Amino acid sequence: MLYDQFKAKAEAVSAEVYRFSDRNAALSWLVDFLKREGMGDTPETAALWASGPFLTGGERQQLTSGSGISFVVTQEMAAQARFGINLMAWALADTGTLADNSTDIDQRLVSSLPTIHIALVPTAGILPDMPSLFTRLHPRDCSYLAMITGPSRTADIERVLTIGVHGPERLVILCIDAFEGGK
Amino acid sequence: MDKDFKESIHRALTNGNLTGALGAFSEAYTVNRAKAYDGIDFEELRKKIADLKAYAAANLEQLSAEFTHNAEARGATVFRTDDPAAVREYILNIAQENKVTRVVKSKSMATEEIHLNAYLEKAGIEVGETDLGEWIIQLAGQTPSHMVMPAIHMTREEVSDLFSKEVNERLSSDIPRLVKVAREQLRPRFLSADMGISGGNIAVAETGSIVLMTNEGNARLVTSLPRIHIVLVGIEKLIAHFADVATILKALPRSATAQQLTSYVSIITGPTANPDGSMKNMHIILMDNRRSEMAADPLFKQALQCIRCASCLNVCPIFRLVGGHVFGKVYTGGIGTILTAWFDALKQSEDIQSLCIQCGACKDVCPGMIDIPGLILELRRRLVQEQGVPLLLKSIYTVVNNRSLFHGMLRAASVAGKPFTSGKFIRHLPLFLADLTDGRSLPAIAAVPFRDRFKKIAQPTQREKVVFFAGCLIDFAYPEMGEALVTTLNKAGIEVLFPEGQTCCGAPARYSGVYDVAERNAIDTIKALTAVECTWVVSACPTCTVALTHDFLSTFESVGQAGWLTEARQLAAKTIDFSSLISKLIEEKRLTFQEGKSLEKISYHDSCHLKRTIKVSKQPRELLRRAGYDLTEMFESDTCCGMGGSYSLKMPEISAPMLQRKIRNIKATGAAIVAMDCPGCVMQIRGGLDQEGTDIMVKHSVELLVDYLK
Ligand code: SF4
Ligand code: SF4
Repeated sequence: MLYDQFKAKAEAVSAEVYRFSDRNAALSWLVDFLKREGMGDTPETAALWASGPFLTGGERQQLTSGSGISFVVTQEMAAQARFGINLMAWALADTGTLADNSTDIDQRLVSSLPTIHIALVPTAGILPDMPSLFTRLHPRDCSYLAMITGPSRTADIERVLTIGVHGPERLVILCIDAFEGGK
Repeated sequence: MDKDFKESIHRALTNGNLTGALGAFSEAYTVNRAKAYDGIDFEELRKKIADLKAYAAANLEQLSAEFTHNAEARGATVFRTDDPAAVREYILNIAQENKVTRVVKSKSMATEEIHLNAYLEKAGIEVGETDLGEWIIQLAGQTPSHMVMPAIHMTREEVSDLFSKEVNERLSSDIPRLVKVAREQLRPRFLSADMGISGGNIAVAETGSIVLMTNEGNARLVTSLPRIHIVLVGIEKLIAHFADVATILKALPRSATAQQLTSYVSIITGPTANPDGSMKNMHIILMDNRRSEMAADPLFKQALQCIRCASCLNVCPIFRLVGGHVFGKVYTGGIGTILTAWFDALKQSEDIQSLCIQCGACKDVCPGMIDIPGLILELRRRLVQEQGVPLLLKSIYTVVNNRSLFHGMLRAASVAGKPFTSGKFIRHLPLFLADLTDGRSLPAIAAVPFRDRFKKIAQPTQREKVVFFAGCLIDFAYPEMGEALVTTLNKAGIEVLFPEGQTCCGAPARYSGVYDVAERNAIDTIKALTAVECTWVVSACPTCTVALTHDFLSTFESVGQAGWLTEARQLAAKTIDFSSLISKLIEEKRLTFQEGKSLEKISYHDSCHLKRTIKVSKQPRELLRRAGYDLTEMFESDTCCGMGGSYSLKMPEISAPMLQRKIRNIKATGAAIVAMDCPGCVMQIRGGLDQEGTDIMVKHSVELLVDYLK
């Protein structure tokens, strides 16, 4: 129910939303997606993954050696990379928004500089609205609370809606059912 | 009026790009805003916002201290000052101490308020705006024309010319391509800047947090990449509680751009690590610049409830014609006029306050529930107090203030006949000025005014009596409307009384800021109307109705007149507009419609005061429909026709296109008759249609209903 609302609202602002039953399903789709969309080993085609509780150490190693995903994130790399991947712990159904404690700078680098931002979201983290988020995520224990609703956009030239100004051109959201998100 | 100001209006009005873009935007905005608020109780939401912002405005001192304490506990440095110069110095100091050479900014009105860019640039620091619109404006060396869309007045071709120069390459005017160019050009600046300067949409005292919203994502970069982050906020951005952030965020994007939420919202509480692992150097400047003084003013304190959504600009029929530049360099539109008067100087608002036609459209949509037209009127009053009344106005109001002289002149005018262009004095009587504006004919003054005709109407004596307040226009220009009203009420078994002592309601004086005259008019009117027993005082002019129900009280309050408050309240309680009274009588079955009539196709124009102050818009439509008219709605039926009392005479260049727009919308309905409840609107719209030579009839509802009631 909340998922359907979230999906509809997020898609209405040009985000792409997919749902997976578990981590493995999401992971293999993601690897396919990255290949399909041109991940390579040049800085411009790189995929950067902000470290988080999503992967086990073993999986991380496997992904690094097997596919070229980097778990090291720097400003220079992020500024050139095509893909940025991170975990966003929360989502708001009524506006199609992702939310997270992004105090860690890597969380922001991968979600603001690359061309495509891929967010992994526990389906259970979808909340009805902002007030319910604020009872769970509070500045008390979060220096940079980030909310993201669709890709970067502008209407500053002749009011024509154009996607992808300073932030990502695409926002791809992977909702995962059997995943607690490490909260 | 200042010559430069007049010229800037003329320039704006003749700039097709500007009026075209703003016009198209405001039309789309109204529709999209309604959609964005679908399913949300806007009145309830804005009441909450107004309350929480009013609380903050009343406790600025305490909230500033609390904010400072909490933000500093988290590692930010907070600097509070009243003085814009101190803000500039503070920022420059930090920049120099830290050897800053390049600054990136995300949009901040407060920095514009203190002209920060020029100051830093003079000190040799490169300052780059990163919001696309702001960057365009910066490249063009202009100032923003709109608070939310700074470059709305520029075409894609102009932008492509600017960008081409910047990148030394001939670019096409393809918008996605231009946006890409901006991304490519600004990216290296973000990466190499030493200092990021942002504003703040909200500052939360309870947590020491700054809330920032953008669509482009530039604020995220400005606050994340450079090693120093400076936040400059006006203290009116303070709120007490963190939970209230959600309340404001529910309204702000919906009102600003009809979005459910902006693409990015960042809530920053203290510094975080920079990309290189070092800790950010974060400074928050709480700027007062007369905001505390404003908070101490019993009337203007409500202006601090503003959340800077700019919806008041988007719905303003004047703003959409002239755009932001005529208002000055920083804050624009109705609220901008008020802010300029305070942050700059009252004198600075002298010209721009006259742009407001008092239509009330902004007040209806303001999420901060600010009475923008009311505050603009108060500015007008204070300006008049400070500078005195211009001689011409003074002589006019001396006449209006003396009923027998005033009425004598009006009669003389009718004898002199039309046109009223002869006789300098008559020419400048309020409402009857005949500096004939282009595109409108003015009515002749009736040969026999209503007050004389009334005596000849044979009315049966009835137990129930209603007092009719005619107002100048019906009395002296449209007596037939008054006669129709008497006939209608007689059908309901009501006898109409017309106290002879009644005179001008004082609206023209009040709307010119001449409150002593408005006060005199109010007292005379109260005396005349409360001298007789009656169940209602009815008016068929919404401006008069508003005077009797609202303005007398507020005028008395403004001038400190306490002697007539009780009577003014009694009169207000008894006063009713024509359509509401007839609706009541129909409901009580004291009036009924003749059956089975099938009348002409008709359209209805909402008069500003009736719709937005008295809140009446359904009743007249319902009455006309039940009488048998085939009612069809026009586009923007409640957009001001451009009359605005003497506005059409003071600002003919603005009034004329408003009227043309109204006429276009009327014609598009194909209706044979256009109805309205205001003799002022009749005068304006009839004049316009007459000049165009169309045969669409313009009528007051009272004239359209009288024949079909039993
Ligand atoms: S009252 Fe009307 S004219 Fe005046 S600022 Fe508001 S919308 Fe504009
Ligand atoms: S005055 Fe009201 S409508 Fe205008 S910008 Fe402020 S909050 Fe928005």
